[in-house]
Amino acid sequence: MTVLAPTAQSMNAMSCHICGLLVSTDYITAHSAHCPRCDARLHSRKPNSLNRTLALLIAAAIFYVPANIYPVLTLVSFGKATTNTIMGGVIELAQGGQWTIAVIVFVASVLVPIFKIVALLFLVLSVRMKKTRALRQRSVLYRFTEFVGRWSMIDIFMISILIALVKLQSIATVTAGPGAIAFAAVVIITMFAAMAFDPRLIWDVSREEDDRN
Amino acid sequence: MAAGYTEALVACPECDLVHSVPEIEDGEQGHCIRCGSLLYVRHRNSLDRSLAFAITGLFFFILANMFPLLTFELDGQSQSNRLIDGAIAFMDAGYWELGLVVFVASIVAPLMVLIVLISVLLPMRLNIAPTNVKVQIRLLTHLKPWAMSEIFILGIIVAFVKLSDFADVSVGLSLVAFVLMVAAVVMAYMTLDDSAIWRRLKELKA
Repeated sequence: MTVLAPTAQSMNAMSCHICGLLVSTDYITAHSAHCPRCDARLHSRKPNSLNRTLALLIAAAIFYVPANIYPVLTLVSFGKATTNTIMGGVIELAQGGQWTIAVIVFVASVLVPIFKIVALLFLVLSVRMKKTRALRQRSVLYRFTEFVGRWSMIDIFMISILIALVKLQSIATVTAGPGAIAFAAVVIITMFAAMAFDPRLIWDVSREEDDRN
Repeated sequence: MAAGYTEALVACPECDLVHSVPEIEDGEQGHCIRCGSLLYVRHRNSLDRSLAFAITGLFFFILANMFPLLTFELDGQSQSNRLIDGAIAFMDAGYWELGLVVFVASIVAPLMVLIVLISVLLPMRLNIAPTNVKVQIRLLTHLKPWAMSEIFILGIIVAFVKLSDFADVSVGLSLVAFVLMVAAVVMAYMTLDDSAIWRRLKELKA
């Protein structure tokens, strides 16, 4: 016989997503579906987690295309115009010998968004297919994905600083390009996708397996 | 769970495994035995320290908004920018969505985080039960991912490097204040033990 790990769900309880208080389902039926400590709405798992995450990932993947095709900024200096896409900006930094910064921007703007989409898609599909392997590794993958996502905003902040700072009429001007909107959309939508995913679902599968034995 | 809820047990926020909350020493933390996520921490004078860092952070945030971040010089002409100018520049260019995102991530969210921390922790320090704690704690949790000051600093560094290729760029007083603000906010979060807020609140209401 396998010893079942006691989860809040198996104890007929749920922990508040905001403050972590453990509340029994009896309390919820008798009182309200709100946390007695912080008043947040209680739910055992994030509602409709897999479908919401998947929908947001599809939206992010669609925006990923214009984010990389369209220019994000244009520099006009002494009549000469240079237009950069996200990747173009990285290449320019590398050609200028700024290797450290080029690597940081490449990781944050190119690798992280695509990594996030692929990793979350893998997590959604592995839960949907009820995979029981590498549970802890998948938990770690989720934590990492949630942590790195915000850092892709570096490019958006960099552009905001350049367009505010470089506006010397005839000498040098920087303007933003339409790719920037699509790029910010990818970052924000993938942040929402990571928030919509409930990592507890990864472990719920192991319980269903045990229950059958 | 006679009362229908308990503080003696805690379910892992990432895998739902239930753990009992032991008496732990200051400076110790507990991780989930199954998935490894952080479950609880204890800090000495958690609330006082966090309050001190939040007040420091607010002070530097105000300074960070008063002076130039960077100054850019080319061909005898120069131009400076303030913290808020990035958001304004996006809006002026017709990219109002981006202006809004930058405004929220670099100004509104970081400021709200500091204000909420102070408005919860300061009354507690003065032995007064703060009002609307529940709303404020929920607000803090939802705001946290959107306060991106530390990422903004990297944005400034990348902009600085890109510009120093063809112009003279110098660091303004506000950039120093902004970096110190980020350090203070990180410390305020690191020293904060959420459960201590609820324990203190119970004491004050008793």
